Amino acid sequence: MDPDAASGPDIGDQDVAAQLCARVAEANGAGTPLRIAGGGTKTFYGRSVDAPALDMTGHRGITHYDPVELVVSVRAGTPLTELERILAASGQQLPFEPPHFGPDATVGGMVSTGLSGPRRPWSGAVRDFVLGTRLISHDGQHLRFGGEVMKNVAGYDLSRLVTGAQGTLGVITEVSLKVLPLPGAAHSLRLQLPLEAAMAKLAKWGRQPVPLTAAAWHDGALYLRLEGGGRSVDANRARLGGETLDADFWRQLREHELPFFDPADPRPLWRLSVPHTASPLALDGDWLLDWAGAQRWLRSEMPASAIREAATRAGGHATCYTPSAAEPFTPLGPVLAKYHRQIKARLDPKGIFNPGRLYRDL
Amino acid sequence: MNILFDERLDGPLPPVDPEATLQRLHDALPGMTLLHSEEDRRPFECDGLSAYRVMPMLVALPETLEQVTTLLRTCHALHVPVVTRGAGTGLSGGALPLEKGVLLVMSRFNRILELDPDARIARVQPGVRNLAISEAAAPHGLYYAPDPSSQIACSIGGNVAENAGGVHCLKYGLTVHNVLALEVITMEGEPMTIGSEALDAPGFDLLALFHGSEGMLGIITEVTVKLLPRPQSAKVIMASFDDLGKAGRAVGDIIAAGIVPGGLEMMDNLAIRAAEDFIHAGYPVEAEAILLCELDGVEADVADDCQRVREVLAQAGATAIILARDDAERARFWAGRKNAFPAVGRLSPDYYCMDGTIPRRELPRVLKGIAELSDESGLRVANVFHAGDGNLHPLILFDANRSGELALAESVGGRILELCVEVGGTITGEHGVGREKINQMCAQFEDAEITVFHAVKAAFDPTGLLNPGKNIPTLARCAEYGAMHVHDNQLPHPELPRF
Repeated sequence: MDPDAASGPDIGDQDVAAQLCARVAEANGAGTPLRIAGGGTKTFYGRSVDAPALDMTGHRGITHYDPVELVVSVRAGTPLTELERILAASGQQLPFEPPHFGPDATVGGMVSTGLSGPRRPWSGAVRDFVLGTRLISHDGQHLRFGGEVMKNVAGYDLSRLVTGAQGTLGVITEVSLKVLPLPGAAHSLRLQLPLEAAMAKLAKWGRQPVPLTAAAWHDGALYLRLEGGGRSVDANRARLGGETLDADFWRQLREHELPFFDPADPRPLWRLSVPHTASPLALDGDWLLDWAGAQRWLRSEMPASAIREAATRAGGHATCYTPSAAEPFTPLGPVLAKYHRQIKARLDPKGIFNPGRLYRDL
Repeated sequence: MNILFDERLDGPLPPVDPEATLQRLHDALPGMTLLHSEEDRRPFECDGLSAYRVMPMLVALPETLEQVTTLLRTCHALHVPVVTRGAGTGLSGGALPLEKGVLLVMSRFNRILELDPDARIARVQPGVRNLAISEAAAPHGLYYAPDPSSQIACSIGGNVAENAGGVHCLKYGLTVHNVLALEVITMEGEPMTIGSEALDAPGFDLLALFHGSEGMLGIITEVTVKLLPRPQSAKVIMASFDDLGKAGRAVGDIIAAGIVPGGLEMMDNLAIRAAEDFIHAGYPVEAEAILLCELDGVEADVADDCQRVREVLAQAGATAIILARDDAERARFWAGRKNAFPAVGRLSPDYYCMDGTIPRRELPRVLKGIAELSDESGLRVANVFHAGDGNLHPLILFDANRSGELALAESVGGRILELCVEVGGTITGEHGVGREKINQMCAQFEDAEITVFHAVKAAFDPTGLLNPGKNIPTLARCAEYGAMHVHDNQLPHPELPRF
């Protein structure tokens, strides 16, 4: 841990940007890579980076929050739980329901991995709520892109480019996020339905004014969440029937705490991101569908190549969530790969930011 | 101000031989329409920013992807710059041609390739008009959400290039939130799929990067958009105010009440009178400001929200609150707003439309600043405002036939944008930088940030042949603009044109 980052009397609000910039400039000067580290909860998500840590957890605190503007600006090392607590106190939330994967999750890790929870198909993903970022460039300069306004098309959208880029293009030190009010009412339910029937119903409801904000299927049951005004939730609750489901189901799904995700299961865990209408994929293993079918979790011993091929044929891609997978992410085609390399080379010419985290040559 | 390409400030363009280029393109693409006579090129000399015109060297109107690929490869080999144009409705000069460049017009790519109501997507060619997508989706109860005012004419490729917005962005987002995938061709002629019909794709978020990139990174040849179910119910409330500040505060009050309206628009008195005179929307011409608040969604919730919004508006001091009785009245209320630009255009021989975005809390300060600039310059300014998302469209009225008035209008516009940056906002919310705001980019970004923009550009187009001079200023331009800016502050007559 960087000794500078840990010091300071109040760890709730601490600005160590200057030290972070100095570390980056030094690393760039020496051509030595850095592993950008937050709470370490999502280290498993990606290839391992063998380099000294740039600890972000000392750079924390909310720099600006005005609930009426629906925007919060927060330093990257701020614990995600703390941000969510402060938003909830004002009746607001991060609509994309980011997974924490542990108590130490930070805002920076949330943005860098770009992972979103069950509400994603209806609300949008992390990237849809990122309005601006502060970034440390390879030469240690502290830059600002985007801002706190909802609409901004000045220059290229660097803020969304670095969202989900896993720290390979720069160090995110601060992010401005659009936030939204908490729903007025919510109801979760469970319907006993085979997969095909569940998918047909979801397709139908998708074209109707049903206030769905989560839909998952596993082992013969469809799990739904309704959110909105009290009257519409009540009306749809009566219409859909089923048995009432504890809303904590969605947290457990998001955090991979359901029995399906049992870490003791020796079979690798795969995430298949496919069009929600894709037919069931002919792959052996256990399935859990989220995002109304657009995110499909698979426990399977099948070879990576077979799983990737099936996902690609269905119009999507597959990611291996089991720690220490050799290549967790689907390889890019040659033209895309070329432009990825060129972006990396232009923004991080010495390759100091999380080298190899996404792909071997990035 | 002269925003035409200036090699001294924008960097040298490669030497181009028009005759040889024409010959080479003719040879390589015998079947493609290639306009070269002055008469044929004339209609393409400007986009929606019609105060600025440049005759393109050649105008290419390809109809197949093979033609686009060959055109790009040939231009790449010849070092000929390429400016891409869609429907030509852009307001920032993003498709302003180059004398030494080929204008690549994508308007013949105008087919809807696929519309899948179960998947709720449409796969369309870039020249398809924005509104045509919603029209095609309507029989399925679906629509495409972003609705820029020019939606009758503007094309989806241009919407992506500018990351176009509209009046429903607070709830439904911009173009970037409503597009799933793009097919693009790079300057070197390589095809690439960006994004997918799944909700994410591996690698960097190039989909987001291409939105608003103004034709600088690649040519968009296909767009897959998300379709949404048409809301069961949509209601519009119109509230009148005797004071702009009160109207501005009411906007915050609605959002503080936990309501996210489908649309939330504000117009000032000059805009109200212009729109009423033109459209007869039923606007109160004596009001200092009106708010149009659209609430949409499930019927029961909309009814509840309407009641709450009425209470909030009454509390905020609205002098009248009218709920549109039916869809016809609702459409009329919106027609006034959507036609505000041409309506204001009837008040004056010319008008100049600005596009700053500010944090909403700064609205009173910015409106006051605009009023002062208007008084100082003697030019009337009408304000049309996407109040929900802080996107301000001041319309500066002027007469280009009066010597110096265009320059004065631009100077007032530039200072409005600088005011937006000063209060923590941006110089462009949805119209793009293009050529129009190239100098104000220097006010918004530091040199180090502009350097990063150039790095991104160079990753896709190292020789700088795609739309040179747009979107990102050179550091040389910023050095000069910054110097003039300081100098201007020392002038005794700030109302004098700066360029």
